[in-house]
Amino acid sequence: MSVLSGKNLGVAVRDRQLIEGIDLELRAGELTGIIGANGAGKSTLLKALAGLLPCSGRIMLDGRPLQTHSLNGRACRIAYLAQGHSAHWPLPVREVVALGRLPHGRGDGPEDAAIVDRVLRATDALGLAQRNVLTLSGGERARVMLARALAVEPKVLLADEPLAALDPAHQISIMQLFAAEAAAGLAIGVVLHDLTLAARFCSRLVLLHKGRVLAAGAPREVFDDTLLAEAFGIRALHFEHGGLRLPVPWQLTGKNGKPAGGDPVASNSAAA
Amino acid sequence: MSFSRSRLAVIGLAIALAGLAALSLMIGYVDLSPRRLIAGTLAGDLVPQRILLDIRLPRTVLCLAVGAALGIAGAAMQGLLRNPLAEPGLLGVSSGAALGAVLALYTGFADAFYLALPLAGFAGTAIAVAFVFALAGRHTGATTLILAGVAVSSLCGALISLILNWSPNPTAMSEIVFWMMGSLADRSSRDVGLALPFIAAGAVLLLGCGRGLRALTLGEDTARSLGIDLGRLRFRILVGSAAAVGAAVSVSGAIGFIGLVAPHLMRPLAGGDPGRLLPLSALAGAVLLMLADIGVRLLHGGGPELKLGVLTALVGAPFFLVLILRTRREMP
Repeated sequence: MSVLSGKNLGVAVRDRQLIEGIDLELRAGELTGIIGANGAGKSTLLKALAGLLPCSGRIMLDGRPLQTHSLNGRACRIAYLAQGHSAHWPLPVREVVALGRLPHGRGDGPEDAAIVDRVLRATDALGLAQRNVLTLSGGERARVMLARALAVEPKVLLADEPLAALDPAHQISIMQLFAAEAAAGLAIGVVLHDLTLAARFCSRLVLLHKGRVLAAGAPREVFDDTLLAEAFGIRALHFEHGGLRLPVPWQLTGKNGKPAGGDPVASNSAAA
Repeated sequence: MSFSRSRLAVIGLAIALAGLAALSLMIGYVDLSPRRLIAGTLAGDLVPQRILLDIRLPRTVLCLAVGAALGIAGAAMQGLLRNPLAEPGLLGVSSGAALGAVLALYTGFADAFYLALPLAGFAGTAIAVAFVFALAGRHTGATTLILAGVAVSSLCGALISLILNWSPNPTAMSEIVFWMMGSLADRSSRDVGLALPFIAAGAVLLLGCGRGLRALTLGEDTARSLGIDLGRLRFRILVGSAAAVGAAVSVSGAIGFIGLVAPHLMRPLAGGDPGRLLPLSALAGAVLLMLADIGVRLLHGGGPELKLGVLTALVGAPFFLVLILRTRREMP
């Protein structure tokens, strides 16, 4: 069931069209990866879907146009995890996470406390609860901010590069957490740069290129050599494992999609 | 944990404030023991009654209100702009008031009727804030707002200099300069009547911004995704601080550092929470200004009274420097 969908979305800043003609559907129980090169419009799309940017087209949330929801109604249904994880004051981590309860009221009741505990545990951040948020490492802060977004208990989670600044172990654990939350019924749209993790964990991918959808579908269909060359200007090696086809970005392509530099190893090693 | 700590701090500050207010009522240039002052007032004796009710009470009440206004507006501004160096005057609120008042002093309008000077100051604030809003627009980010505020502040500052430049005689000039140094001496209950409603209304507006400021801790996009109407929050804070600080500056002149230092001092007690900081900062601002105002009266050695704004800057600047150095040591 589609929880949040966009039809013919467009965002323009002055005379520059950042995204255009984008159709996208985030369904309950699905982890949708949004991928594309820098400047392809991923963050713009995510902000537009979250209602943070004025955009043309039509966004439906829970079967109703987004605009007909109150600000608070939207905030209860859509959690947005911003890029960069900024925090400005020396608040304890527990209170930062409890900010996710704001749309639901004051956010300091016993029920809220139980939810905060749950999401802190899920993000492996319970041990940080009393720490000053400004003293956290980049990876710790990323987990705390994800916990803050999950504390909203939303229907849709929109996460902008949640894996940036995370070590491989935490990248995997966060993606596992996303998969588990999706399995529990959450609709998730996540901007990713790691193609391998995207192929492994996402049920659907949307590949953006120059503000438009170049391809959308199962990872196996989207990670096509021609599409990768066009969207990223790269050629990838593909590994088959456990029924998944996992791309590993390998080299740059030239102007016409052919490898830019000769790499005799690359062409033969794509079988694992 | 920090919640109970901030509650304790509120109680402690309130007690300190009550004590200082009582002390402020007992201190003045007429040598009269507290017992004689109170007994005389209760007995309906004219001299002690006038000293207590017409001179010291308005001064004390104004001091409390002006300090609280500067403290709470400073906290709100720092929360809104997410910058610990922001102060209530950053968006042109106080320089507008100063320009209005200086213009009134220059043209002689200040002598037209009793409240002409503060009213001119207040009009100046209103015009400056309207200007900032027209420049920045309702839906722009913090940076545009700061730039608009700085532009309006600088313009007001330049116009004040121009007026001083054109000032017809040294008396008029010194009157202007003295006013700008800030003081609470010789204020009456009419000043209280003018300033207090605006300061109270502004403080109420600002106290209601805690939730929005708390959400803003995580940045503008996140705050909006949490259901906060940022345009409304900005409008509310600008109008609230314009009312509170505009009224304060209009009756007291420019008093620096209180709005900068009070939130800074209280932030650890508020557990870093910009919402809880608002009431704490109001109380701390009142306590600090009360201390300063008692200070200028105690330091008075027969000559002219030290101006309040001079003392707050003189004590505030080094104090602030120490605070910054300490923060830097704790968090490099």
